Amino acid sequence: MEKRELTCIGCPMGCQITVTLENGEVKSVEGNTCMKGDKYARAEVTNPVRVVTSSVPVRDGEIDQVSVKTAGDIPKGCIFDVMEALRGISLQAPVHIGDVVLADVCGTGVDITATKNVERKIV
Amino acid sequence: MNRTKIAVIGGGPAGLAAAIEAKKAGTDSILVLERDRCLGGILNQCIHNGFGLHTFKEELTGPEYAQRFIDQAQELEIPCRLGTMVMSIAMAEDGSGDKIVTYLNREEGLVQLRAEAVILAMGCRERPRGALSIPGFRPAGIYTAGTAQKLVNINGFMPGRSVVILGSGDIGLIMARRMTLEGAKVQVVAELMPYSGGLKRNIVQCLDDFGIPLKLSHTVVDIEGKERVKAVTIARVDERSKPIPGTEERYECDTLLLSCGLLPENELTSALGAVISPVTRGPEVNESLETSVPGVFACGNVLHVHDLVDFVSQEAGQAGRNAARYVQGAAAKSSEGDIRVTAENGVRYTVPEIINPARMEDTVTLRFRVGAVYQNIYESVYLNGERILHRKKKIAAPGEMETIVLKKESFEQVKDLKSITVRLEEE
Repeated sequence: MEKRELTCIGCPMGCQITVTLENGEVKSVEGNTCMKGDKYARAEVTNPVRVVTSSVPVRDGEIDQVSVKTAGDIPKGCIFDVMEALRGISLQAPVHIGDVVLADVCGTGVDITATKNVERKIV
Repeated sequence: MNRTKIAVIGGGPAGLAAAIEAKKAGTDSILVLERDRCLGGILNQCIHNGFGLHTFKEELTGPEYAQRFIDQAQELEIPCRLGTMVMSIAMAEDGSGDKIVTYLNREEGLVQLRAEAVILAMGCRERPRGALSIPGFRPAGIYTAGTAQKLVNINGFMPGRSVVILGSGDIGLIMARRMTLEGAKVQVVAELMPYSGGLKRNIVQCLDDFGIPLKLSHTVVDIEGKERVKAVTIARVDERSKPIPGTEERYECDTLLLSCGLLPENELTSALGAVISPVTRGPEVNESLETSVPGVFACGNVLHVHDLVDFVSQEAGQAGRNAARYVQGAAAKSSEGDIRVTAENGVRYTVPEIINPARMEDTVTLRFRVGAVYQNIYESVYLNGERILHRKKKIAAPGEMETIVLKKESFEQVKDLKSITVRLEEE
């Protein structure tokens, strides 16, 4: 039996939820005041996911950095691996929203894409 | 003198949405004046996701959300002057009701622009250290969270490696995560109030995910270091926000980030003579989002600080449509029948502050904030003492703006309207 404490992010109530797990299986969800909390807690203890956003250097652009994101959810446990994979990457302007910066990052099946347009600097 | 029908001050999310809606409403002559070298305002540095759920039904990052509006403005061929600082807005002295907008940029120098209507969309600024009365030295290494955000996300510089954050506003929480992802050690977030002003989602995903402690009812009582921050001491505070001796904790660090609230930037508005609300620190507006100066409208964070950009876009769109009606001569100009909305019993303010049913469209959106955290509370609206709306809320908190939409027909059913009251009630 394992107990996990969570704060629900569904609304400003922020219910303190206790999930009881047995062999990785959810046995009970307590402390939530609505179904949103139940759903959130079950997903969060079995398969927590996040979107990671960052920025990387861009050469010859109007600005020196371009913002990027994982185009979809990645496992929460991979956040720092994704950051590590981004280290050392730099792009050449122009860069446009949706351009793939890094395909299938850390084997997650999710691409890193640009979230900003950076045009070439006019010299 | 240069002329335009509508001058929009600010090319961030509010100014863009206002200009777009004014153009769509049939105004052909609009000019957007933007201080920065690019459009999009603060969204450019808000690279995290979560924007646009209400507007586009998907989670965008700040720059992506901004680009959707920049693209629309370009498609509509709305002219924008970048790198342009507005110096003043004043009434024309010829009694025409026009406004003279004085601005400055490198290409044109000092320019006077005659506008029939002005939309204020200058946004807000962060409360700086000087406004916080924090004791201690004044070394390098103390930044507002937004400045740090710009340094990391736009310029690619890390402001420090070991960080303490004062204030748990959303930008502070977002920067706790951002600095952690870039390799810094964020030791603690101290919050003066017994609750956080930030969204629950940010507390979980920016602090809990990385094991960063949030200390409520705590503040900074000392900053050490002459050249650079060496250490920051925080202490617990009592219910009157006074530090309690003996509760001090010292953190060795090189950086202190401040996320202690946002203030609407209204120097231009005040100098113009528009009435400023002491609560929101933005101009008082009527149901058309028009300030006390006829033909001058306001929207977005310059009007009152918002939590969600989606609501900024909605509000700004309304300001744009109303400015268009004003320059087309379709807006009623009389102030007869203006009713001041009374905000009481836990409701800190409402925007708009003034409603004139004769000028109302089919509905009016009232936005407000509550003064504390309330559970199982009712939001009520009274016209002439008669309750026309009674809505239960499981939770209402200062960090989340509340919205009520009132119908014009509710107002038409009341004879001789004298008062509009918004209040919280226990039952």
